[in-house]
Amino acid sequence: MFQLSAEGKQKVLNELKRYESKQSAVLPALYIAQKENKGHVNAEVIKELSKVMEISEAHINEVCTFYTMYNKQPIGTHHIQVCRTLSCMLNGAKELSEHICSELNVHLGDKTTDGKFTVTEVECLGSCGTAPMMQIGDKYYENLTNESAMNIIRSLK
Amino acid sequence: MSEVKYLTEFYHLPEFKTLDGYKKNGGYKELEKALKMQPQAIIDEVKNSGLRGRGGAGFSTGMKWGFLPKNNEPRYLLCNADEGEPGTFKDRMMMERAPHQLVEGMIISGFAIGSKKSYIYVRGEYDASIASLETAIQEAYKAGYLGQNILGSGFDHDMDVYRGAGAYICGEETGMISSLEGSKGQPKLKPPFPAVQGYLKKPTIVNNVETLAAVKYVMRDGAQGYRKYGTEKSAGTKLFSLSGNVVKPGNYEVPLAYPLKDMIFNLGGGIKNGKKLKAVIPGGSSAPVLTADEAMKATLDYECMAQMGTMLGSGAIIVIDDSKCMVECLANLTHFYHHESCGQCTPCREGTGWVDKITHSILSGKGRMQDIELLLKVADNMKGKTICALSDAAALPVISFVTKFRDEFEYFVREGKSKVKGTAYKGHSHAQMHH
Repeated sequence: MFQLSAEGKQKVLNELKRYESKQSAVLPALYIAQKENKGHVNAEVIKELSKVMEISEAHINEVCTFYTMYNKQPIGTHHIQVCRTLSCMLNGAKELSEHICSELNVHLGDKTTDGKFTVTEVECLGSCGTAPMMQIGDKYYENLTNESAMNIIRSLK
Repeated sequence: MSEVKYLTEFYHLPEFKTLDGYKKNGGYKELEKALKMQPQAIIDEVKNSGLRGRGGAGFSTGMKWGFLPKNNEPRYLLCNADEGEPGTFKDRMMMERAPHQLVEGMIISGFAIGSKKSYIYVRGEYDASIASLETAIQEAYKAGYLGQNILGSGFDHDMDVYRGAGAYICGEETGMISSLEGSKGQPKLKPPFPAVQGYLKKPTIVNNVETLAAVKYVMRDGAQGYRKYGTEKSAGTKLFSLSGNVVKPGNYEVPLAYPLKDMIFNLGGGIKNGKKLKAVIPGGSSAPVLTADEAMKATLDYECMAQMGTMLGSGAIIVIDDSKCMVECLANLTHFYHHESCGQCTPCREGTGWVDKITHSILSGKGRMQDIELLLKVADNMKGKTICALSDAAALPVISFVTKFRDEFEYFVREGKSKVKGTAYKGHSHAQMHH
């Protein structure tokens, strides 16, 4: 069973007091729990949050499934998100994501066999003037070529 | 014509990010000034300045503030930093390079509308923007610009950042309020407008990052001073995000009514790789596309864009060169809107799905001639029938792409391949893309 760490639980409790309404803490709490559960949220995570927050599982689940930044499936250590939307597409985003997938020998949305990487295509990340680009974890990597993207990916442990 | 660095005057200075660097360059002077004014006088000044919402809708900021109830009911100020309109990246630059400019603009605005609490709703992916704002807010508290009795004025104001979680619809103001309330970001029926019933059913003003930052400059130069740039109906400067197939993409601040041609060919350095201009989306992906001929005649202001049947939107200019296939470009956008529809209203939920399926069917070389009319018919049925504007925003590119570049759609159906590229789409099949 998933359980929040003492520190994680305290963070969630702080979020409950941070906003004018307790329910506003659902989004931040999902981030805290996702981080403690190797980057994804599942039914156990939602059950734990429901218990700690005293908010129904149904509500937390509907919030979780509405937003793309909560991963509903286990992901690799590094989540490579390649922007696919128009400005990036016009600058070769499709070719870039195909190149990354072929170099890592993985399909979009799947984990590499060593569990290190998950590659997904995502919608506009607001980095259109520096296209094509990808986000890995919290960080943006911009003005990419197939080669520079692979150099960045290979440098990750 | 060249750029005008009005809001962005000090953006080249790394120190402008910090409180000290910001104060050295005029920071928080307008807050001091504003706190000595009558709140109504600030609202009047903003109204008279002609400042219009820089997020997309272009509604008069002063008028929006005027919709608040005239009583002492608690109210919220909510900054829309959920920059998600494809092609837009100006707010990110503003938050990363000049967080205090936004914070100061928000405190002034909060004072004007009588709000003691404000939130900045930032899209979840903008980690650097969130970090930058959180630091700036902490510095502002320490310096006495936030908290109790700000600068001895008796005015209290608290500010916090709220992180979104990846949903385009949360950029719609009532969707944003739903999200801030800890729910699915589904828009709410208007009226009641947020100014009357917003966050937690309390009056709430939602303004874009650039709009709130501009309030400081309305304070500095006065309503008439602010009108030095732009036109009667499109006053001031605006930040435009230029992207796509141009030599020098980036954010450019210019006076409103600046020629689109100069934006692309002077500031943007023209079309990349010796190609020719084919089309321009002038105001974010929801804005109807302009042909190259139309783009050459357009000026970047609310009136001209409306006359040309499109909109200034968020100021995101996406340039498409003549080697790109318009069927493929449209399919990219239909996929986006289908993914981002919140699913609440049937015309949008079903409509975005059908136009995406039909466009991808044409793109895979399996389209039928009647599909072209079908696209227009479905898109027409998506307009003006839903709670929020996403459905219209998804329909407008379909109608404009198909109408203005119909030959490319017909060629694709007839020949089973792109008129420009000579091939059919060889990506994943549509079913796999949605898996």
